Amino acid sequence: MLKRITCTVCPLSCEVVLEIGENGEILSLTGNKCARGKTYATKEHTAPERTLTTTVKIKGGVHPLLPVRTDQPIPKGKLREAMLATADLVVEAPVKMGDVVVENFLDLGVNLIASRDLDRVE
Amino acid sequence: MKREAKTKKAVQVAIVGGGIIGTLTARELSRYQLDVLLLEKEAEVGWGTTKANSGIVHAGIHEDPGTLKAKYCFPGNQMFPRLCEELDVSFKQTGILVVALAEEEMDMVHMYYQRGLERGVPVRLLSREEVLAQEPNLSEDVVGSVFAPEGGAVMPFELAAAAMENAVANGAELMTESPVIGAWVEGEKKYLETPTHIIEADVVINAAGLFADEIARMFGDDYFRILPRKGEEYLFDLELAGLVNSIIFPVPASKISKGILVIHTADGNIMIGPTSDNVPAKDDLGTTYSGFERIFSETRRLVPGLDPRKVITQFAGLRAASDRGDFIIEFSPNVPGLLHLAGIESPGLTAAPAIAADVPKMLEEQGFKLTPKENFQPRREGVVRFRQLSRKEQDELIRQNPAYGRMVCRCETVTEAEIVDAIRRGARTLDGVKFRTRAGAGRCQSGFCQPVIMEILSRELGIPAKQVSKRGAGSEQVKYEAKELLGKGVS
Amino acid sequence: MRKLEVDVAIIGGGPAGLAAALAAHDQGAAEVLIIERNHELGGILQQCIHHGFGLHRFKAELTGPEYAQRFINELKDTDIKVLLETMVLEVTKDRTIYAVNSREGMLEISAKAIVLAMGCRERTRGALRIPGKRPAGIFSAGTAQRYMNIDGYIPGRKAVILGSGDIGLIMARRLTLEGAKVEAVVEILPYAAGLARNVVQCLEDFDIPLHLESTVTEIHGDDRLEAVTIAKVDENWRPIPGTEQKIECDTLLLSVGLIPENELSSGAGVELDPVTNGPKVDDTLMTSIPGVFACGNVLHVHDLVDNVSKEAERAGAFAAQYALDKLPAPPRRIKVEAGENIRYVVPHEISLERPVEFFMRVQRPEADVYLDLGGLRRVKKPFVRPSEMLDITLSVEQLSKLEGDTLRVRIVSGKEAGVDA
Repeated sequence: MLKRITCTVCPLSCEVVLEIGENGEILSLTGNKCARGKTYATKEHTAPERTLTTTVKIKGGVHPLLPVRTDQPIPKGKLREAMLATADLVVEAPVKMGDVVVENFLDLGVNLIASRDLDRVE
Repeated sequence: MKREAKTKKAVQVAIVGGGIIGTLTARELSRYQLDVLLLEKEAEVGWGTTKANSGIVHAGIHEDPGTLKAKYCFPGNQMFPRLCEELDVSFKQTGILVVALAEEEMDMVHMYYQRGLERGVPVRLLSREEVLAQEPNLSEDVVGSVFAPEGGAVMPFELAAAAMENAVANGAELMTESPVIGAWVEGEKKYLETPTHIIEADVVINAAGLFADEIARMFGDDYFRILPRKGEEYLFDLELAGLVNSIIFPVPASKISKGILVIHTADGNIMIGPTSDNVPAKDDLGTTYSGFERIFSETRRLVPGLDPRKVITQFAGLRAASDRGDFIIEFSPNVPGLLHLAGIESPGLTAAPAIAADVPKMLEEQGFKLTPKENFQPRREGVVRFRQLSRKEQDELIRQNPAYGRMVCRCETVTEAEIVDAIRRGARTLDGVKFRTRAGAGRCQSGFCQPVIMEILSRELGIPAKQVSKRGAGSEQVKYEAKELLGKGVS
Repeated sequence: MRKLEVDVAIIGGGPAGLAAALAAHDQGAAEVLIIERNHELGGILQQCIHHGFGLHRFKAELTGPEYAQRFINELKDTDIKVLLETMVLEVTKDRTIYAVNSREGMLEISAKAIVLAMGCRERTRGALRIPGKRPAGIFSAGTAQRYMNIDGYIPGRKAVILGSGDIGLIMARRLTLEGAKVEAVVEILPYAAGLARNVVQCLEDFDIPLHLESTVTEIHGDDRLEAVTIAKVDENWRPIPGTEQKIECDTLLLSVGLIPENELSSGAGVELDPVTNGPKVDDTLMTSIPGVFACGNVLHVHDLVDNVSKEAERAGAFAAQYALDKLPAPPRRIKVEAGENIRYVVPHEISLERPVEFFMRVQRPEADVYLDLGGLRRVKKPFVRPSEMLDITLSVEQLSKLEGDTLRVRIVSGKEAGVDA
């Protein structure tokens, strides 16, 4: 069967067409104008990843929420689990940008880190 | 709640409906030693027909002779300057200009002029040159006009809220979110049922606007109907202020409506409208594509420079027109002490002070004894409009109260202190704050300031932000807290 | 009234203001002041918690707060002054600023140079005149983003988003991640307005339907939003009768355009460009008022914050030079004209004294074209579209070849030979 993937590496946004076999393997790949497109589309099909950016609750800070991000992309299929895992997290202010909020998040070898400094409220 | 469980309350006068009629009437009655209670179904007074009204204080030349509309319009007009000064409500005497765009229309212009002379309404005929000198942005097609300098503009919600504030300061009572859901008579007493109360009253004044016929019917008076008539209005950015100086009327095509106007509002915005469409439902408050098209094509003929890209907001309201085509100001033929003030469509706002002033007289004629209060305080004091002050005055104010230094609404220059004051005067909703202070009424339409106003309302009223509403229960603006929807099986 | 005298006053402490302040400081201006209405610096970036910022400038995909933090940290090592929770009410022609805060009352600030960096506001439902009632539950996308990412509230559980620009797409993802359901994104153009990457990561990832050539034609609900009607539109953007569809929802987000916030500018008498709604500027980013400069979204709406920083650095540097009396008026002024398929170009006027970076947008999408700058330089473009700002530089050497007093920027289609310089 055919699968279409829009490459997002550069503004050309090539539409890459993959022919997928019975076991999900890529039989052929066309439509890309460069090698990066092939790499991208292959990865998107076999192991798509996304960087998660969200917020977690924070106590004692100038804001009630702290923006956080994974310091590396995680499997796309784990996004919902990741959101559920952060739902009940509560961090304590003050926090500095880059502080690790959750180490080895979801056992994926990436950290959930703070996206900014967030001071304590006076 | 079962009827038996409701709180019982006895008053002398119960007013049903807190629109411009009800609130001004409450104020008039609060001059006397009377127990007055006003029942309003919305979260704030003035949120029915009154809120959507164009705000025009008519000159008194449009009404057909022999009608109650004619009887009360000019006297009402004459009361406006003093009323607004006492209540500290802005009234801009912009004048009313009826403009003829073709020779054939001059007959009507002359008719209005004559009528004005007969009624003692100050009027002037203006030639084409004179009109264009006064209103340089009018169409070059103008042929002539009649000008009534004592017409003008007011903010109708502001007036109703101020009247109610003053009535309450003088002893009247207000219950909001209290629709009348039942009514009956027992001997001399009339009873009104709300979701939480049973009110017993000697006098009931039916000022229920769109629902006046339903209130009347609850008492067995089934002889008039309210036929809602929708009007849409479109407001322009303050940047267009000064495009016109007075309120521009066309020579109307129909008898029912005065036409579609270009309005210089009391706050300075230019507004165009209203349409005049009979609608079947009393909640048909939607603006429409065709409404705008009609309004814009009509008003463009008067003022070609109107730019649709400068529209910042629009709204629609329903006139509480009666099937009689005139005001219904009379006691019930069946129930003694039940006074109908119904069918108050244009020029209802203008007529309102005169109608309200007549109510004590009407009650006395029916045998109710009224004793004036010695210490009636007609003035509403202490309203601060930061944007109207000089820089020096603004500085002084902030030193006295730092909350004046926190600017909340950038577009309209409204401070935290003014918002807190509005809440103390009765605002309990986002719209309540907006209508009282203009915070959120500007070009960004509260895009910037809404979260701050919500925070202030939450703090001042001691309610969580999720309970802060646009205009009462059911219209809360943010429904959930962060993370509340996760893991709850929504998606 | 408290009176202050500064060399460079910067109105707005978002990405533009921060970069301008640092540049002004680096140029040697002694008294640099940022006036910011919020209780912290960073502007709109603080609520843009998604990543993708700084790819050009920092070679990294930062979140909005991370991008802002870099500038905020750099600022801490300087003596640049910051007035927080301070709202500017007025800017006068002679460069006096009136601002208020709770602590000090009215401030009268005399500045040798001013940088306008106030950003922009969002187009509203009222400006679009969407028919229907006025229930609760309608938000501009930025306001909803603020509620969700700063204040800690979710507007509703079932949303429709009007507008497929990046803000709308980002909010589609944000709402979905937080557990709400986005029923549809509705776009009036025949293509998504935002980046392809956002269409993939915000819509396709979550199977959110994208309705193209469509718009919201009615809003339903008395107290709270209950549904919207959407319909297809014709080439004049008029709804096509018979194509209506009602979508139940309790939240409507509007991502329908940003408008530079220039009330202060026009109050001062700054001449505005009616196409950008921002000030007209020259190649030092100075407006029609001497000593008043503009940069960032208040000048014209940008796509990339990296470009905002670049532009703001120029404005800040020139503002400092002006304050230090080191910016003479140019001997010649060349008018920059927007030619074929160019909607606008900034700056509007140049001298030939210094290299210029032009920012522009096209009027309509075109493929296989050349961008021609007054015949002085031609750049090949596989395609151009209004939602992607173009930026091209001309060196002093290239400028020196200009003939006449006008530089016409245009899009040239066809197979003409081009020179990629």
